[in-house]
Amino acid sequence: MKLRILTAVAVAGLMLAGCSTPKKQEAAAVAQAQTQTPPPAAPRGPAPDSIEYFNTVVGNMVHFDFDKYDVTAADQGVLRGQAQWLNQYPARTVTIEGHCDERGTREYNLGLGDRRANAVKAYLVSLGVNASRIKTISYGKERPTCVVSAEDCWGKNRRGVSTVQ
Amino acid sequence: MFEDLKLSSLPRRRLMSAAATGALGAAAYAAGARADVRIDITRGRVEPMPIAIPAFPGTTPESTQVGKDAAAVITADLEHSGLFRPLDPKGFLQEMSSLDVQPRFTDWRALGAQALVQGVVEGQPTGQMRIAFRPWDVFGGQQINNGKAYGTQPENWRRVSHIIADEIYTAITGESGYFDTRVVYIAESGPAINRLKRLAIMDQDGANHRYLTDGANLVLTPRFSPTAQEITYLSFFRNVPRVYLFNIDSGRQEVLGDFPGMSYAPRFSPDGNKVVLSAALNGNSDIYEMDLRTRSSRRLTDNPSIDTTPCYSPRGDQICFASDRGGTQQLYVMNTDGSGQQRISFGQNRARYATPVWSPRGDLIAFTRYAGNDGNFYIGVMKPDGSGERLLAQGFSVEGPTWAPNGRVLMYFAQSPNGGRVRLYSIDLTGYNQWEILTPGDASDPAWSPLIP
Repeated sequence: MKLRILTAVAVAGLMLAGCSTPKKQEAAAVAQAQTQTPPPAAPRGPAPDSIEYFNTVVGNMVHFDFDKYDVTAADQGVLRGQAQWLNQYPARTVTIEGHCDERGTREYNLGLGDRRANAVKAYLVSLGVNASRIKTISYGKERPTCVVSAEDCWGKNRRGVSTVQ
Repeated sequence: MFEDLKLSSLPRRRLMSAAATGALGAAAYAAGARADVRIDITRGRVEPMPIAIPAFPGTTPESTQVGKDAAAVITADLEHSGLFRPLDPKGFLQEMSSLDVQPRFTDWRALGAQALVQGVVEGQPTGQMRIAFRPWDVFGGQQINNGKAYGTQPENWRRVSHIIADEIYTAITGESGYFDTRVVYIAESGPAINRLKRLAIMDQDGANHRYLTDGANLVLTPRFSPTAQEITYLSFFRNVPRVYLFNIDSGRQEVLGDFPGMSYAPRFSPDGNKVVLSAALNGNSDIYEMDLRTRSSRRLTDNPSIDTTPCYSPRGDQICFASDRGGTQQLYVMNTDGSGQQRISFGQNRARYATPVWSPRGDLIAFTRYAGNDGNFYIGVMKPDGSGERLLAQGFSVEGPTWAPNGRVLMYFAQSPNGGRVRLYSIDLTGYNQWEILTPGDASDPAWSPLIP
């Protein structure tokens, strides 16, 4: 969104420049230079086998409903992508963290986080990832990402995070 | 992993060894029959008893200071119990300059005092101190009992003060006290998204605070051994959450059991020989009992649910625990071999029940209740058959009750919204008498020690 606003400003800037005669030629020159250079290559992203690629392109996170641990339909696609990636790079291993919101008690949330991490693990295993490559750890409610006490934030904290090594 | 430290855990009998209990050299005061100064704490809400606790006079500058401080500690203990209303010393008309001074009861009655604590601190040539006290029934004009004297090293004055407060509490309520106790808890610091947590220990009133671990590993849920200077707790050492034992005196710690996955939620048996805990395997948590002598474990529950926070009855013949086997987390009771599992809580409006802890008296189970209609958390108690539920404390997040050893007071932690402050509070069974336990920083997961032996 921010980028788009900047672009709009830049375009407006160019239009203003167009109204001022001394700048007109300059702007035209820039436009010409752009048409003469070959089209730039696609922006260089993270290498497909990198951890960064897994985290940003494949997606390393799924979310859960309150006091639930089943993988939602919306998140099944993310886990299919994770399984595909892990199957493609068999040297990689993964640790799945299970997390909870603050609206439960400490020990129960440790159990619930363990359940969530294992639900993600089971899903990956069902898609062909060898269980020996997957570790799980529950953090219960100990490591929130968001500390506002409202549902929006609690939903972000109820998560399974796949960390590849 | 841990700071090396040594805590003095002087046995009470050693404090008492030099004590001349009974006759305090004041033969003039015959021990009266048990006086009529009495609080019945089995009633609902109790009107606190007005009590006068003048500074204990000393015989040296050092003992004079100790005498002032001792009276302040005794005053705070008794006030925090909710059963006593210590009177402001500014109004005192008589100076109790020694144990030989006879109280002018009319003066003390005029202030409304029902009880009076007379004391003295004597510096001894050996460097020891002798701290003596005598409780008076102001209306009856007689001693409540003979009082006691304690010979001790000066640095133990605070413990002796708690012991005296326990003696007064017992003399007037007929119940054992709980002031000569400690609390182990989790000291919290740093941002909420990456909290630093350390094991810490302190006296029941927050004094003598010490950290037991350095914060390198996330630690949770410490619990006192009823019989040894030992704590069982959860540590994320090497990123595997497991139950450990920690020796308070030596700092030595060891992992407990050989569970393939996470082990958590430990608690000692009343005889100190076993620990009951949860162990998770493939997302399923069940309850196990570990024998600390043989190091063997046996599984007590086998259910595809989260079975956790087990806690023995004080006789050691039953275990209460929480399980979501019925759809939401509720409380259950079973025999110690896992038989006879029976649900005792039936939350309305999807309210969950968690963290059951059996009262040392055996008559009640304290719990955390949450996720009901109003979204609040509560600390409450119910009878072991699930009847007679009463809610004592309420908040955005209140959790994890622990019993004072006399079964009359609970401590728990409360967290403010949006990652705000987390502190320890005590509340008595009437639900009226709530106090914050002063800690250096944020604090959670308290566990009350037994009376120090």
